[in-house]
Amino acid sequence: MATTPQTTPNQDRLLFVLFAAAVLTAPLWASVIGAGYPDLLQKFAIFGILAIGFNILFGLTGYLSFGHAAFLGIGSYAAVWSFKLFTVNALPAVFFGMVFAGLFALVIGYISLRRTGIYFSILTLAFAQMSYNLAYSVLTPITNGETGLTMNQDDPRFIDNLFFAPEGNALPSTNLFGIEMTGFSGFYFCAVVLIIAFYIAMRISRSPFGMMLRAIKSNQNRMNYTGFNTRPYALTAFVISGVYAGLAGSLMAVTDPLAGAERMQWTASGEVVLMTILGGAGTLLGPVLGAGIIKYFENIFSAYNAQVLERIFDFLPDGIDHAAASVAGLFVGEGWHLTLGLVFMLIVIFLPGGVMEGFTRLRAKFSKPTVESSSSGSTTSPAKDSA
Amino acid sequence: MSILTVQGVNKSFAGLKALNQVNLKVEEGAVHAIIGPNGAGKSTLLNCFVGRLEPDTGTVTFNGQSLLNRRPHEINQLGVARVFQTPEIFTDLSLLDNVMIPAFAKRDGAYTFNWVPRVDGDAEMTDKAQHMLEDVGLADKQRMLAGSLSRGDKRRLELAMCLVQDPKLLLLDEPTAGMSRADTNNTIDLLKRIGERKITKIVIEHDMHVVFSLANKVSVLAQGTVIAEGTPDEMRGNPKVQEAYLGGAHI
Repeated sequence: MATTPQTTPNQDRLLFVLFAAAVLTAPLWASVIGAGYPDLLQKFAIFGILAIGFNILFGLTGYLSFGHAAFLGIGSYAAVWSFKLFTVNALPAVFFGMVFAGLFALVIGYISLRRTGIYFSILTLAFAQMSYNLAYSVLTPITNGETGLTMNQDDPRFIDNLFFAPEGNALPSTNLFGIEMTGFSGFYFCAVVLIIAFYIAMRISRSPFGMMLRAIKSNQNRMNYTGFNTRPYALTAFVISGVYAGLAGSLMAVTDPLAGAERMQWTASGEVVLMTILGGAGTLLGPVLGAGIIKYFENIFSAYNAQVLERIFDFLPDGIDHAAASVAGLFVGEGWHLTLGLVFMLIVIFLPGGVMEGFTRLRAKFSKPTVESSSSGSTTSPAKDSA
Repeated sequence: MSILTVQGVNKSFAGLKALNQVNLKVEEGAVHAIIGPNGAGKSTLLNCFVGRLEPDTGTVTFNGQSLLNRRPHEINQLGVARVFQTPEIFTDLSLLDNVMIPAFAKRDGAYTFNWVPRVDGDAEMTDKAQHMLEDVGLADKQRMLAGSLSRGDKRRLELAMCLVQDPKLLLLDEPTAGMSRADTNNTIDLLKRIGERKITKIVIEHDMHVVFSLANKVSVLAQGTVIAEGTPDEMRGNPKVQEAYLGGAHI
């Protein structure tokens, strides 16, 4: 008998506290798996924010956007322009990143949401590719084309120059009221934003608004005949997820003040889709986990190269070791996308609900090991490695 | 006093006349059945009441307001709820959510960005939905996924979703289509019980057993036009009706 999981306010509070604790202590526990350095941790946090926002549109509302990288890029450009024109403080940059991404999302969403399903996805993809190509061509004065937008010595920085005398010839670095946004302080800034972003997503998910988004995903026709104007609901979800993407983009610029058009390419849009599905679309933790897993393995697998592999397979007899190394070489280094593709296929086929579904199944297995577990495993085969 | 008035409605699809000068008056509080052979235009007519189709000419007036050029959600907000031929429910949500959602539509309107409070913290809506589920006999299943219900229970749920809104007019499109005899009788009982709520109902039905157990007024539609109207008993004996609809068979 299929029942729905029900979370109480106390369980949610616990989930939030544990999440916040896990994020803030990440530098400690992540070093165990070799990820305890700020560059990678920042990536976890930033892509976590992107995936949480994407999930509000895709996981809750059921609209699969293939254009979210556009908002990511817009957030980055807006943030760098804020550094160039006003101040190197991080807060205005984040603010402008969210506002501009939100405005673009309003326009693109208004047009794209006239269609559903695959047509919606194609429209968003078209808009994102348009933005990407514009950034390389006619918008070069704003985006600085292929070189990418960076801070310069002779930028106006009106607000900074108004209050502080320009100090020397060094290019100022981005900061939060004096705290430089590099290294661990940069990570902690992103971490706090991630925790806030998670909290807001959690409120949305448990609220009447979130319930309506789920209902739109489940049966839009019924929603209309139930008295709901579904389009503004979907548009709100689209704008919220666009703002999240803009926030993520601006944080990329805060931690590394450079914005390039490649951030808007369709592969970047596809990546966040993978993250959300891998972790578990529609769940709260899933998208963050998916983002973390993909960024972690990208980092680990891309580090392997031919020499490292030769050394690993050294123990094999001559001839075979070279063969083994070249076969393994297909899956690591630049070929790590092949590994990602295979893992993704396995997840979609055997765990359609992503990593989070895996956790749920494991828990069901251990708490009720007899009759219940066989009936709860809905469509696919139960996990084989339970013994 | 009539709550729904249809006057001179015509509707054609690519030259094929589906509705031809349809006139209809539905009295407040009535259970008004619309019957007719396949292709008579019953569903087309119903779709003209809910904003799915626009008549080519003619008027549809509900409670003094025109229903033309209004979208489905606007018509629902005026107090018209609809049960579909195949139950339209939120299969991925719990029964409780299924019934709370229309309750929210009634209370908060067509759009509200209400993202701060928790759904389960809203005692008013939860109570309302739970009482409704009790009324239709689904209270013990409120945590189940709606998609896992039997066909008969899905129909009950859809009725609960409509009734929780206290509609002024309830449209039922073949409420017992594809049901077993037992489920059909259960549904008739349920509809009779909710008949006490004084909701005007329009029932489109094939099953004469259902029509004669529920309706107090019957309109017979054939080839897009109303050929007879009266009480169920009058219709039973009407030769014109037997000719057009029943092909002379006994009922």
